[in-house]
This record gives sequence, structure tokens and C-alpha cells, in this order.
Amino acid sequence: MGQLKVIDGGGEVAVTTRLSDLLQWARKWSLFQYPFVTACCGMEFMATAAPRYDIARFGAEAPRFSPRQSDVLWVVGTISQRQGPAVRRIWEQMADPKWVIAFGTCASCGGFYDNYTTIPGVDKVIPVDVYIPGCPPRPEAVLDALMLLQDKIQANDRKPIIVPPRLVPERAPGRTREGNS
Amino acid sequence: MSQAVVERLTAHFGERVLETSDAFGDHEVVVAIKDWAEVAQFMKDDSDLQMDHFIDLTAVDYPERESSRFDLLLMTRSSVTGARIRLRTYVKDGEEPGTLSGIWSGANWAEREVWDMFGIKFNGHPDMRRILLYDEFVGHPLRKDYPIDKAQPLVPYREVSDIDKLPPFGIEEGQPFARIDWEARLAGGDNQVSPAIGVQQGQRRTLSDSEAAQQIQARIKARMAQESAEGEASEHSAEEGSGQ
Repeated sequence: MGQLKVIDGGGEVAVTTRLSDLLQWARKWSLFQYPFVTACCGMEFMATAAPRYDIARFGAEAPRFSPRQSDVLWVVGTISQRQGPAVRRIWEQMADPKWVIAFGTCASCGGFYDNYTTIPGVDKVIPVDVYIPGCPPRPEAVLDALMLLQDKIQANDRKPIIVPPRLVPERAPGRTREGNS
Repeated sequence: MSQAVVERLTAHFGERVLETSDAFGDHEVVVAIKDWAEVAQFMKDDSDLQMDHFIDLTAVDYPERESSRFDLLLMTRSSVTGARIRLRTYVKDGEEPGTLSGIWSGANWAEREVWDMFGIKFNGHPDMRRILLYDEFVGHPLRKDYPIDKAQPLVPYREVSDIDKLPPFGIEEGQPFARIDWEARLAGGDNQVSPAIGVQQGQRRTLSDSEAAQQIQARIKARMAQESAEGEASEHSAEEGSGQ
């Protein structure tokens, strides 16, 4: 949370913060998702939701198949021109505050579908908060996107953001090849 | 087997079979557009042929050809004899071959697709609508003269000039989580992907191998020792703090 003030009253402790910070904190840990899954990225989406990567750790595991009950729209996969009105309408039906994640290269920019069939990025139709590159993205990237979205929600920031690349796993801190921890 | 189909059709239709060929074992019969549906009906009904399996119907666009712009192709097979045959005809722009949807019901959607993509209408088809694209679409995209970059959005595009979005597939994009250690690979050291995939492909030892398992055990022990040391230190400092 943003500004936290701890008041120690000897035995009893009170914490004060701003109401908006508290609200954003509650929102970011209870993101009900609407999965708009159209293509092969759905496999990675399922992997992210499954126990190994466990999206439930972020309070975002509950899918709602009514847009009126959901907070974050996952656009997972290629969006054809014919689907444009549908995805637009689903986004319009979601209640504020709402967020959109473009999952994978096709949803982010159309990918290699540079022709008459495909919308070159779902942001041509609806505003997108977080873009996840990858064809498909690995589940780690999806979790990174979710954490970025949480940070954005807490900061009340609506500027679009792209999930940055991670370090090579074998070179990342704690994962060096020599095996030291 | 398929050759017998060609011979049977040639014997029955005589001059109306314009050409036959058997390139790479794919037997083909070319007929005129007026005989298209009749030949198909004969292939289905004849007791020798029994071509009861409709495989596919498609077209090819040759815009530079003077005589007739499209090739229309029917792929069909007999589940009784196993014979396969391809029936071809030449279609001018605007000409309407007879429908096959009364012969094989599978031809219904295939003819709608040919209409959708190439703009060839079928005479007598019960439901000649687009099947893949939307009614608002103008033109037929698999014609060679359809502009390659022309999209026809149903929803007007938003103005998104303020979005600082990178083009896809930069150096570190596409697969940004680094399955491949390029530096090591270029140096000739590691012809390898990530550890987990390497285990799957047999390029790396599994965790049950003794050496790897020992490494893991050693790491866990070291981490536990480190954490316990840190825990003692923090407890110690907490005690000092309360004492003050």
C-alpha cells in the first residue's frame, strides 16, 4: 500500500492509510478474470492457471463468464475482424473499474497475421493496460504481467505497459550454472 | 484403381472428357463447365465408381489467363474401392457452375467457401451466402487482385498514437524468457535450451541423478543454514532493541 502509518497503542495496534489506497489494495488482490480465449495462447493461459504456476496466489484465479462480474479482460489469442464487435461489446459490458491484458503477440499487435482477417492488436478496438509479448508467452511472463497490473492498480496508473524480458534463467541471481544458491 | 475411374469416365463421356492426367499418381479428369454437375452425379451413382466420399472443393485464381480465370477443383474418393479422383473445370469470371450440394451434402459449405473466397457462384445452391467472412466484406480475398494489405474492420480502429508499443519480435522479444543461452551456444559450449527442457530432451541429467540431486540438496542445506543464521541475528537485534 502507499502511505501506511502504524500507531502502536501498547498491546493494540492500529494502521491508518488513505481510503483510495485501501480500495486499490483490495482491488488488486481480487481480480476476477474474464478469459476471452481464442487461440493457441490458451494453452499457456491454462498452464498459468494450473497449480504449478498457480495464478491463485495473486487472487486472480476466479473466472467469471459474465463480463458484468469481472474486473480484468484477458484477450488470449488472435482476434479476427469478425470478432471485433464481440470483444468490444464484452469490454463495454464490464463494470468499472476494469482492466485489459493482451496476451501474446497476436493480441498485442496481430503477430504475423498481417492480412484481411485479423485485427492488428486488440488495442485497435479496446484500450489495453498490459501487453505480454511472446508466441506464446511463457507462464512466467504472464505472472509478470499480473504483477505489473497489480502495481498499476495500486498506483492508479492507466498508462499501457509491456512486460519486459526476464534475465536468462541460468544467469539470473540465485540460478547460476555453477549451482551456488 | 483410380486409373479405372479415369477409363470409365472416358468410356462413358467420350469427347466430353477434355483431358486426363496422372501426375505423381494423382488422377485427374478435366471436363467443361456445362458437364460439371453431370459428371459428378455419374461418379456418385455409377455402380462401378461409387465415389461416395466428398473430400474437398476449391478453386485457383489465374488472373493473367485470357480464356477462363478460375480452375475449379473437386477432390473425391470412393470408400468402396478406395479410388481417388480429381475433377477439374475452367470457370470464367461470372460463370456459374451447377451446385454439387444435392449430390454430396458436404459440398454445401465448401461451395459457400469458394463463393466467399473467390466469388464463384453455384447455380442451384440452396444457401449462397458467405461462410467465413462477414456480410459487410467487399470483394473476395483469395482473388489475386485483392490488395494484400486491405483490411475491412467492422469496428472503427481507435486512435492509439499515445501508446508506446514496440514492434514485435525484437532481439529479446518473441521468446523473451530465453530458452536458449545464445552466448554459450555461439561459444560452442552449450547446445542447449533451458534446464527443464534439457531434461526432457535428454540433454541434461534429471534431478534423480546423483550429482544433480546432491547439488540440490547442498543448495537447500546452504539456504537453510543461511536463513537460520539470519533468524538468530534478527532475534538478537530485536532483543537488543527491546533492551534499550
